[in-house]
Amino acid sequence: MMNRVLFIFMLIAGMTAPFYAYPVFVMDLLCFALFACAFNLLLGYAGLLSFGHAAFFGGAAYIAGHVIKAWGFPPLAGILTGTVFAMVLGAAFGYLAIRRQGIYFAMVTLALAQIIYFMALQLPFTGGENGLQGIPRGQLLGFLDLGNPLIMYYFVFVIFLIGFGLIYRTIHSPFGEVLQAIRENEDRALSLGYDVDRFKLLAFVISATLAGLAGATKAVVFQFASLTTAHWQTSGEVILMTLVGGLGTVFGPVVGAITVAALSHELGSFGSWVQVILGTIFVVCVLVFRRGIIGELERVTRKR
Amino acid sequence: MSIQVILAQALLGLNAGVFYAMLSLGLAVIFGLLNIINFAHGAMYMLGAFIALVGYSYLDQWFGIGLEVGFWPSLILAPLVVGGLGILIERTMLKRLYKLDHIYGLLLTFGITLILQGLFSNYFNVSGTPYPGQPDALSGVVNLGFMYFPTYRLFAIVFSLVVCFTTWYFIEHTKLGSRLRAGVENPQLTQAFGLNVPLMITLTFGFGCGLAGLAGVLAAPIYSVSPLMGADLIIVVFAVVVIGGMGSIMGAILSGLALGLVEGLTKVIYPPAASTVIFFLMVLVLLFRPAGLFGKEK
Repeated sequence: MMNRVLFIFMLIAGMTAPFYAYPVFVMDLLCFALFACAFNLLLGYAGLLSFGHAAFFGGAAYIAGHVIKAWGFPPLAGILTGTVFAMVLGAAFGYLAIRRQGIYFAMVTLALAQIIYFMALQLPFTGGENGLQGIPRGQLLGFLDLGNPLIMYYFVFVIFLIGFGLIYRTIHSPFGEVLQAIRENEDRALSLGYDVDRFKLLAFVISATLAGLAGATKAVVFQFASLTTAHWQTSGEVILMTLVGGLGTVFGPVVGAITVAALSHELGSFGSWVQVILGTIFVVCVLVFRRGIIGELERVTRKR
Repeated sequence: MSIQVILAQALLGLNAGVFYAMLSLGLAVIFGLLNIINFAHGAMYMLGAFIALVGYSYLDQWFGIGLEVGFWPSLILAPLVVGGLGILIERTMLKRLYKLDHIYGLLLTFGITLILQGLFSNYFNVSGTPYPGQPDALSGVVNLGFMYFPTYRLFAIVFSLVVCFTTWYFIEHTKLGSRLRAGVENPQLTQAFGLNVPLMITLTFGFGCGLAGLAGVLAAPIYSVSPLMGADLIIVVFAVVVIGGMGSIMGAILSGLALGLVEGLTKVIYPPAASTVIFFLMVLVLLFRPAGLFGKEK
């Protein structure tokens, strides 16, 4: 019931947003929201903490930007190329990372993501510390000019809805049920005959792919793939978004992404204090607010 | 390529290696007893370096009371302060998370890292400030027969090795160490025998953090002191820990030293790969020996 209300609310807010808010800012929110939803699929439902999701987000942004800018790909093909790259990368990272469990899993993903970060810094086409700049937005399907902010906005909104829908379907499928069983008790899931590693790997690949979709879209929106998108702090930020909104809830990551991104935006003029504030929110969330905004909301509505 | 160049890089690599060893040792000791990974370990290292820097260069400037804390006092003071902060964090925050999934400990310490890093970025240059307090006795170079090597770096290597192996000896070969190992093996049973396990946990966390602070002071005269110096290091140390496995104290020390060496040599052989070689080695270890070189399958 609550999910339906929230979904209708999200739909209306998303449709009308460009008329009362700055479209580029809302597009940024949508990209981060999709990124956080993809991350939540992994941590919230499969119980796997990846500390390297920036590699998929940032990696896809660079690849999409490069094929559009240097090879003249149209925007949709560019975004898809970036997404496929994230999928392949996700398969490789996932294959390696699921060999270790729990806390090691987080460390392995973090270290692997650092390889992508250094590549983004050192490879000849990435523009080093300046990032990959001047990505043309181009024409969608050959006739819709993405230079028009409204057309661009609705394009991004549709991508977000597709990604969100995919994640929703995944969570509420038998596959999603098995993932949650693995999260609750891995040994038991194994003893029931589920190939735990295959389920984990598939969840990792889906999550990485959609994180890549979000990153590639962001690159087209800003016409720019920045080094920060591949930095470990971005991996930390997406964790924070998911945690603030509510781990393992459908809408939590969306709410969390909006909260954290809006906060960083508002506090932009305070320089490094943003980091201090985000760190403090992190500590407070972990200590006393582990359910997150949506999680608390669900608890209150259920009590009635 | 002459043998001198290779030896010089190997020594410089060993220099980085002793810092990896000290940090991964601290992580391993903490992990053994608390079952958490301290992300803030890098920030503790950074904090140690800043205590040395502030004590030497800024105290007088800020307060104008002619107070100056030199290198040697810092070497004792910084680990105590950093260890004290660690104890405070453990008592007030980490303690509440032991019953939960271990990832919450990692997330909490990640938040603490952001706070510390952000605070120092506000007041200090992100690109680094040199530490001028290197003692005169350790300036200059020594002749090692095959090459000249900076005295201070040699001191840092020897000093760190002594600290690492003393810690190893203490844990593996003393009575107090055996109690600690008992606490790692089975906390409930150890507590039932009348040992104060919560106190052991607190002190261990403080000790691990203190080691990181000590490494920070030692690093200050070599690398420039920057708010970000710990963050980049800690991710490499994570890879070191994954490669070595956290099963043994000696494993943590040896893999730290070895990987520092490998990194140093990569700088001569193929410089662009120097920053990633440890991560690629981690990939190889995960493929062929997933539990880590010294790790035990659980």
